Amino acid sequence: MTERLAMLAPLALPLLILLPLAWAALAFVLGTGRGSRLAIAAAAVQLMLAFALASAVMDGGPLHHAAGGWGAPLGIDLVADGLAAAMLLLTQAVALPLFIFARGYFHQDGARPDAAGHHFWPLAGFLVAGMNALYLSEDIFNLYVTLELVGLAAVGLVASGGGAAQTAAALRYLFAALLGSGAYLLGVALLYGAFGSVSMATLTPLIAGASASAGAGASEVALIAALLMMAGLLMKSALFPFHFWLPPAHGGAPAPVSALLSALVVKASIYLVLRLWLGPLAPLLTPLAWLPTLLGTAAILWGSWRAIHAERLKLLVAYSTVAQLGYLFLALPLVGVGSTGASASAILTLQALAHGLGKAAMFAAAGIIIHATGRDRVDDVAGIAERLPLTLFTFALAGVSLMGLPPSGGFLAKWLLIDLAMARGHWPLVAVILAGGLLAAIYIFRVLRLAFLNLPEAVIEAEHHKARVVPRSAEWMAFTLAAASVLLGLFGGLPLLQLVDGVGAGEGVTSGVTSGLVPGLTSGAVVGAP
Amino acid sequence: MSGALLYAIAGVLLFAAGAAGVVLLDHLLRRVLAFNIMGSGACLVLVGLAQRNGIPDPVPQAMVLTGIVVAVAATGLALALIRRLHAQTGHADGKTEEERVKGETGAGCSLPASHSVAGRGDD
Repeated sequence: MTERLAMLAPLALPLLILLPLAWAALAFVLGTGRGSRLAIAAAAVQLMLAFALASAVMDGGPLHHAAGGWGAPLGIDLVADGLAAAMLLLTQAVALPLFIFARGYFHQDGARPDAAGHHFWPLAGFLVAGMNALYLSEDIFNLYVTLELVGLAAVGLVASGGGAAQTAAALRYLFAALLGSGAYLLGVALLYGAFGSVSMATLTPLIAGASASAGAGASEVALIAALLMMAGLLMKSALFPFHFWLPPAHGGAPAPVSALLSALVVKASIYLVLRLWLGPLAPLLTPLAWLPTLLGTAAILWGSWRAIHAERLKLLVAYSTVAQLGYLFLALPLVGVGSTGASASAILTLQALAHGLGKAAMFAAAGIIIHATGRDRVDDVAGIAERLPLTLFTFALAGVSLMGLPPSGGFLAKWLLIDLAMARGHWPLVAVILAGGLLAAIYIFRVLRLAFLNLPEAVIEAEHHKARVVPRSAEWMAFTLAAASVLLGLFGGLPLLQLVDGVGAGEGVTSGVTSGLVPGLTSGAVVGAP
Repeated sequence: MSGALLYAIAGVLLFAAGAAGVVLLDHLLRRVLAFNIMGSGACLVLVGLAQRNGIPDPVPQAMVLTGIVVAVAATGLALALIRRLHAQTGHADGKTEEERVKGETGAGCSLPASHSVAGRGDD
């Protein structure tokens, strides 16, 4: 079985892009609202391919594929290293349960799908194809194209809600995305003009050489290009001052769309920030590493504050995304390894995965609750514990990971981050991470407290009367995502860190994390005590 | 001043003008036009800077073709959304959009419970 999976691995690179493109096109041809079974079957195959790819990368290092046999510079090179394989795994692992959830969610009234789900399947397919292509791209121009593919599909999904508020949110999202990718493209143009290449592997030594010999014109051009690219990507990543487009877009869309956007789409541009910041642009940007950290801190505090005060349930979850994304920018000045031997990029990948799974589950649970009550205010969850125990449990489990309680994936990521910050002597970062966990506990317990309120009998009777049926499959898929987010900390964390850090670092990570986990569990109890 | 630099400076100016338009203009159609100017500026920098001793480099030309396709797709999507917004609200300027988003979803705190539009996507 394992050998067969290993044989699949080189094929996985093109197939992970072609397969979703193919089923998205087919779903479009099939007509409105159709193609859900096709999408679910294909997503299962994609998940298997991503597993094969990840295990092959773990055993044998990065895989390459020259699209169409052309190869760079004329053709396009696809490369899967540990970081890319981990992100591909996250994308497929979130997509499969979410698609099953979406099928139940959109098709609940017999065979006829909800109007909001009319164009879900083709758009979701193009979105997944764009994200997979983004993670596999090796040159910065192809990254621009895939970034736009992801952005356009995501805007279409936001608008699929159908209302005027959704259309307005989609337009606002579209303009923010276009402005961001435009700035990125100008940066690419300047880099190509200065160095004559768009390949990241070629650019890395060229930029390092140019910045070492300060005074040469190429160094200044590269710095301006780097700043433009980063400004554009931070805009698309919704980092604190640029987060204005995210809450209306994610909070207003149908639940499966919100889950896809919050769990996966923002991660795509953040992945690019990390890849470029810690890769080719590192010599230029390292002196500025504290800027995104400050913005990330502001995002954690401001996003949590807004989530605590949000009136609508889905806005609460959307502002929680603004806050959780802030964590991903905290570790940029922490290049290197802590006492556990895990690198900053491996820890950030773990946090991205934990948040991706947890947030998908939370949006799905919020969607089920809103569907069942017919209203979307936070106050309306009162008494939901009796009617939707499984969904409430899902919401709480996802919350465990977001708060960073052990043994969840969110806990492991935040604890490793604290360890790394302490190894570097950056105590304020530790305070920020702990404060973020406490604030997350406040907004999650706000929902849980209301859910367990005892309503008067008459109200319960009335609620039951107009309650709408939520498919069990949808409830169980949301639960699967939440459980995966928690289990990630127990079983998935170590292989993942090894995958991102490469084969050589594997041994050190394993022993370091296991020996470090014992004090970690005690400090985790501090994180989790609100 | 070399030809390449001239193209690049023109491109950067176009990009800056376009970006300012996307941020500052109210009417959504004007913002779409501004985005197109911005994209043209970036493409001009890409093609203009990349000539080596007056001989054009074919690789960025192919990239700009791709960039144009992307810009056309984005423009089409933006126009379709603007038409839909106009059909739904009767307005196509950023100000009314701004107010509506603030009133219904952006601020979040001042939402009236009975408002129908905000919750429609959840059904």
